[in-house]
Parts: sequence; structure tokens; C-alpha cells
Amino acid sequence: MVKICVTVNGTVHESEVEPRTLLVHYIREVLGLTGTNIGCDTSSCGACSIHLDGESVKSCTLLAVQADGRTITTIEGLAQGGEMHPMQQAFMQNHGLQCGYCTPGMVMAATSLLKENPSPTEQEVRTGLEGNLCRCTGYHNIVKSVLACAAGD
Amino acid sequence: MTLVEDGPTTVLGTRLLRREDPALLTGEAKFTNDLVVPGALHMVVVRSPYAHAAIAGIDLDSALAAPGVVAAFTGADLAHLWAAPMPCAWPVTTDMKNPAHYPLATGKACYVGDGVAVVLATSEVAARDAAELVDVRYEPQAAVVDLEDALSDRIVIHPDLGTNKSYQWDLKIEGTPGQVDQAFADAAYKVSERYVQQRLIPIAMEPRAVCAVPQPFGGDLTLYSTTQVPHILKVMTAVTLGMPEHQLRVIAPAVGGGFGSKLNVYAEELLCVALALKLGRPVRWNETRSENAVATTHGRGQIQHIELAADADGKLTAVRVRLLADMGAYLQLVAPGVPLLGAFLYAGVYDLPLAYDFSCTSVFTTLTPTDAYRGAGRPEATYAIERAIDALADTMGIDPMELRQRNFIRKEQFPYTAMTGLVYDSGDHEAAAAKAAELADYAGVRRRQAGQNVPGATKLLGIGQASYFEMCGLAPSRVLASLNYSAGGWEAATVRVLPTNKIQVVTGTAPHGQGHETSWSMIVADKLGVSPADVDVLHSDTAIAPLGLDTYGSRSLPVGGVAIAMACDKVIDKARKIAAHQLEADEADLEFVGGTFSVKGSPDKAMPLAAIAFEAFTAHNLPDGLEPNLEAHTTYDPPNFSWPFGTHICTVEVDTETGQVEVLQYVAVDDCGVRVNPLIVEGQVHGGVIQGLAQALFEEAVHDGDGNLKNGSLIEYLVPAASEVPSLTLGHTVTPSPTNQLGVKGIGEAGTIGAAPAVINAVVDALSHLGVRDMPMPASPNTVWAAIQSAIGPASQGASK
Repeated sequence: MVKICVTVNGTVHESEVEPRTLLVHYIREVLGLTGTNIGCDTSSCGACSIHLDGESVKSCTLLAVQADGRTITTIEGLAQGGEMHPMQQAFMQNHGLQCGYCTPGMVMAATSLLKENPSPTEQEVRTGLEGNLCRCTGYHNIVKSVLACAAGD
Repeated sequence: MTLVEDGPTTVLGTRLLRREDPALLTGEAKFTNDLVVPGALHMVVVRSPYAHAAIAGIDLDSALAAPGVVAAFTGADLAHLWAAPMPCAWPVTTDMKNPAHYPLATGKACYVGDGVAVVLATSEVAARDAAELVDVRYEPQAAVVDLEDALSDRIVIHPDLGTNKSYQWDLKIEGTPGQVDQAFADAAYKVSERYVQQRLIPIAMEPRAVCAVPQPFGGDLTLYSTTQVPHILKVMTAVTLGMPEHQLRVIAPAVGGGFGSKLNVYAEELLCVALALKLGRPVRWNETRSENAVATTHGRGQIQHIELAADADGKLTAVRVRLLADMGAYLQLVAPGVPLLGAFLYAGVYDLPLAYDFSCTSVFTTLTPTDAYRGAGRPEATYAIERAIDALADTMGIDPMELRQRNFIRKEQFPYTAMTGLVYDSGDHEAAAAKAAELADYAGVRRRQAGQNVPGATKLLGIGQASYFEMCGLAPSRVLASLNYSAGGWEAATVRVLPTNKIQVVTGTAPHGQGHETSWSMIVADKLGVSPADVDVLHSDTAIAPLGLDTYGSRSLPVGGVAIAMACDKVIDKARKIAAHQLEADEADLEFVGGTFSVKGSPDKAMPLAAIAFEAFTAHNLPDGLEPNLEAHTTYDPPNFSWPFGTHICTVEVDTETGQVEVLQYVAVDDCGVRVNPLIVEGQVHGGVIQGLAQALFEEAVHDGDGNLKNGSLIEYLVPAASEVPSLTLGHTVTPSPTNQLGVKGIGEAGTIGAAPAVINAVVDALSHLGVRDMPMPASPNTVWAAIQSAIGPASQGASK
């Protein structure tokens, strides 16, 4: 077992983990933050996307030990003071989700995308989200949500 | 003079935002594998790596000795736990062959992924590690992968059946004997086409998960599952395990998509229940994505032969269809019925005389079992007729839109009794097609095409149309009986007005992304004159909603939603009695508007529902003989299917040098009758269209000759990403259903039904002047390029250089 210290959603967690534990399993099973979903086993679907030191990463592509000393935000940490993040609000306003399983990862990827490119074109949004799969929406309203958030609508 | 106030407003038809969203957006929603269950054992299924192999022996010793392992079992170890084989609810013919199969295979494995043993451990990781140690000795046999090969019975998969043929189901309708043959003999034009509906992997984003929790004191058990069908699952689990149904509670927590793949009774559900009862501990199972690719049902898998006969004007005179359908290794819950759901639709939206000849033969293969996948039978049928219509237009040398217009069932012909005897309750295909043509600028694209698709051009423009009729909203129970379906098609609803005038609705539908909580609250708000926010919708827990037939086949709104409206009517009837009593008025003199009963002509004499609800609760002053409380229950069996329709038009550009297809525009005009919440309707169409487009361009479960799935992960199986698909242009027409009081029709599958033929028609249209007459799905760059090369031939290639 290896000791790690990770700041997640503003709280410092000191944990002992097996070296092989994936970050997503640590987040879900040790910290109990089950908003981060698992949709595949090949790092293809992006359902487990989180922010690591402010950047979107798929939390199945890292070992928990690689997060030692770093700062993580999960979907549970996005809303502030009981108010949903503007991206979460944009998804709700534009019906950017249906079953909601890809949604936490999609929202985390989308917020990261706008941080890098605050005024993306539709094509830039589509390209920027290509690592996150959705089976319900056909992406139409996801793209609309991200563009609306960028426009401050 | 005062300005006229806004008239009575209704929430129906508004774009009310979904109440489901905040929990899903913030990570608060709990999916099955999010549940914290103390003391649960984790089950892992050991699966056959062979498509067809005798199981010569299984050694569990090493697995049992591994850290954390509590138990491990083979199929033989558990054989005594099953009271009946795995259920198939749709024995379509009396002589249908249905091989008995159980949650774990014994004797032989019949597909890659067939479960042969289970390991249970105190953690998922320990169970997975130990499952690797299970030593199974297989004796591989030849696989049966090809449908026509299967039909030859060269290798019989289930020797006790003596054949790979499960059933043949025929539907021949003729006005006079021999009419079909005569129509083909007399036809001015004929086409005979062969289409392949490739196997698809449904890929709901949430893989399956199960957790069975025995309750202390009394032998009850709660089964949590990622299912579309908690009610059906409860009945079938009780039957299969021989356990008392009233001791089983099934809960579908948040469910992450289904598309038909969670409309089944799965081995893992039965295993978790049986082992939880056997071991007296909770047992849970989480599917990996790679496991999902082989262990969860596939969709489609049909070879279609369709022939059309037409007169000199292109008017259809007969349709003949021969279908070969892939059931996979064993029959699943509704798999045999899937081709039948399309059987009535091979004449599509066209006015056909009594000359229809359909026959379906279904076969077993050594592949993952198939079952419903978004549209189930109807996308396949629509694809065949809509592709064949384009082929007929090509043969006649006329525009396919013109040919469709010559054949459409006209608006004034509705209600239209089709040659199959089914009554299409309403429709206006010409209006939907005209609107789609306008949105797509059909005439403009044709003009551009003439300028663009010139000799030597490498970027070719194509436009394709598909018009569809969908038979959904399953269904009148008596019709289902005539098709040998084992269940009914009703839906249940309870509407309960609480003492404080908040409303509880209990529905038998089981949403998994469709937003029923929002839409059902709108229906109740409209009926009872309350705010949607005052309506709570309870579902997907058989202890709370004990009656229901769940969510599939675009049935939830036209059956379940209508049931809720009818229960509201019963509530209003009872409330009217109380109001009449309290107001000392005649019931007939009361009108109910905006949540208040008032005496006609004396608006001051009024009583709001809120007051009635409290009176019903206290029961201090009710009419003689009237029971306290204000609630009503309805079970609604619809008089007809639901018949949504529409026209989709796709415009593509095909690069002849790379074979790449780019979708330039996709227009969908759908008519689902009255739209309760257009926001949700549009979302259903968006998702459906992209799933159909994905069948056309990207997706196929590819197996090698040994029955191995070659693309069983999301790296190789091409679920499209946002970057690979277009934004969509939607339009709609509204032709209310005359068979239900809301005027609604289903919309869950329409997009998928229209999309695949529209896209492929466009691709073929772009290339038709090169001699390309058909395009297999998926129309990948390789496939498109090969089709072009095949059409233009080596001589032409040389000549063009």
C-alpha cells in the first residue's frame, strides 16, 4: 500500500492505496464520490473526466498514486454555494442531457474546453469534446449547451 | 375598457426544463453501481473465449484459494437453483425451436461471452483476480457465424433441436389467390434487392450492473438492476427461480440509457438473486465495457430480400419480402418477435393493394444473442422499403421523391386500413415530405448536384429521403395475443391528491433518460390545474409502483402517459361529487377549470381542488357512500398502436478518392401528434437520428470466422463522437392521434427509423451516375471506395488516368 495526499473538491484526503488502483476507482470507492462514472475500460468514453490541477483528464488513465500532492475537482465540486456552475445550468437550459450517465464527464470536459478556448466555434466544440461519448443526445444539444455557456446565455 | 387577459394557459406543449437534470448534473443521481451496500459480495462471471466449445471440465480450486474469495460455482453446481430455463416471452409460432438455456452454461458454450462459472469475493478486484484462476478445459468446435451457413444446418449448434432454424413466420395477404405472383408477372417495373442489416452493439453509456440484497426477517429480496423493465423482470425472476413473486422487489435506480439492450432478463440478474438467497448476503455485479460487448444483447442482424412490383406509373402493385434473422446462440426475452414488429411495415407509407407476401426465417448462430435495439424491426423494415423505392425510382429513371409522392397514402384516406388489417389512425405524409423538402432545399440541392457531379469530379453531392410510418406504443393486448406475445400491452397509473393538494403520480413506465418525471407532471398539471412543481412522479420500484409494463417500443407516452390522464379524469369525477355535495349543487352544473369547480353561471359558488383534497382527507362531510381520500387508479389498454410518421432528408458529399462521406445537412420532420414537451421530443429525435446515422456510416459488430468479436471495445467499435456527426435541422407537423385523449404518439424510435435509409439513399444518390446501385452499411470510407471501384471497373480506372 502507498500513502497519498490529494486535495479533492477543496478537502485534503490522506489515503493508503494499492499501487495499481486507478484514480477513478479511488475517487469512487475510497472517497465515495460516485458522480464520476465509468463507461468503458479503454479510456475511450470520457465518462470519468475530472479536473486535475485545473485540466480535464480521464481519471481512468491515471493511477491514484499519480495524483499524490495534486488538486482534483470532480462533478460534485463544480457547483458553488448551492448554485450550479454556469456549464451545468447551460446543459439544463438546453436539454444537453438525457440519461445523464456521460453528463458529469461531459460537463467537466466542456468547462475545461472553455477555459482553453473561451469563444469556440461549433466545430471547435465538437472537436474539443471528441473524447467524450454520449449515446442519447446525438450531441446536438450538448454542443448547443457549450456554445450557450461560452456566450454567457 | 379592459384588455382581455391571456386566455387559459396550459403547460402542455411548453419547453419545461427537466426536473431530472439537477441530480444528474451534479453527480447526486445514484446509478446501480453507485449504491453503497455493506457486506456485499462481488460476483465476476467467467466467460467462454470460444464461440462454440464443449466444456470438458472446470477447476475452481485455485480461484477458491485466492485472497478474498468466498465462493465459486460452475453451471452444474447451480443447476438445482433454476425452476425454469431463461425466459423467452415471444414464442412466435407454436413450433418455434427454443433451446433451454440457463444463467450459466453447462455442457457447452455457444458464444464468446457465454458464462460458464462465477467467482464471489469480498471486493470486485479480488473477484476479478480470482476469476483469472478458474481453469476451464474447452473442446472447441466449429463456429456458425454466417446466417445462410447457419440455415444450411452444416453444423447444428443445439443438437437436441436437430436444426439451427428457430422458426418461420409468414404473412401472405392477397385479394385473390395468386395476386402477388400475378402482380410481379404483370409489372411494368420490378426491383429485387438484397440488404444486410449488420449486427450492432447497443452501447448504452452505462454498462449493466446488478445488486441483489436479501432483507432480514422473512426471506424478501430487493433486486437493483440497470433495467428498462423492472416489472417484467420481477415476474420473470420469480418464475425462473421459482420464488414467491410477492417476496421480490425490483428497483431500477437511475439508469444510464437502454435502447432495448436493457429490455431483457439477464443471467447476471438471476445469478445475483439466486446467490444472494443461497449465501444470505448481498451479491452485486458490475459489467465492464468489453464484457458488455459480448454479454449484452446485440441488435439488428438480418438479411433482407425485398421485391417490389409497380405499374407503368410506378404505382406499387405488390411487395414480397424474405427475411433471414440472426437470433444468436439462444432466444432472449423478445428476440423472436423483433422481425415481426417490422413484418407489417414493408410497404412503408405507401398505398398498396392486397398483394403482400412476407416471410421470416430465424436462425441460431454461435454469436451473442440478439434482441431489441432502438426501433426493433421497424428500422429494418423501413430501410428495406425506402432503399427499394429509391432502387425502383432509379430503374424508372424518375426522381425518388416523385415516386414516393405517387404512392403515398393520402391524407384523406385516413383512418386507413392497410392490407395487413392494421388501421393507420392518422397521417399526412405529403405534408411532412413537403416540409422536409423545403427545409432541405431539395430542389436547390438537385440543381447544385447537376453542376457538381460532372465527369472528373471527386466531391460528389447526394440527397436521400426516407419516409416512415412507425407502429409503436405497444400495444392492444389482444393484438399482441394474436402475435403470440406472452404479455399484454396495457399500462398502469395512479394519481393521488394529498391532503395539501400536492399530487403523487405512480406510473408503470420505467424511464432511463426520457424525462418521464417532467412530462408526466405536465400532463397532471394540465388536467388538475396545478403547477408541475406540485406533482411528484414515482416509478421504477415495484414496491411503490407494483403494476406496469415498463418502457420500450415508444410506448411510454401513448400508453403510460394516457393512463395518467385517464386516472386524472377519475380523480376529477370523484372530486366533482365532493364539490357538488359541499356546494349543494348538481354535479352536472359544475365546471372544472384551472383547478377549481364552480357552478356554471355562478362563479362565486366555487371550490378549489385544494379544499376538496382536504375534505376528502378529513372525510368529515362527504356524500353518503363515498370513500375518503382522493385518488384513482387506471389500467389502460390502448385500442390501437401509435402511428407516428415523418420524412427525413439527408444531404451528403462523397469524396471518391477517399471514400469519405460527409453529411452536409440532415433534416428530420417528424409527426408524433401533440407534443407534450417539445424540448424532450426534439432530444429524442436528435439522439435517434444520430443512432440511425451511426448504423449507416460507422457501426458494425464484426466477427471472424471463429465467432470472435473483433471490435469489442470502444476503441474499435465506432460509436460516433461529437466531431463525427452534424448538427440537425428539425421540423415537425402535428397530426393528433384520434385514438387517445391527449392526441399523442410515440417518438423514442422515430429518429433511428428514418435515419439509416435517408443517409444511405443520399450516398447512393451521390454515386449513382457512376453505376453504384447499393451501398452496404456501414458506409465506411473503405466500403464506399470499394463500391466506387467496383462500379467504374478497372477499364474505367485506366481510362481516367
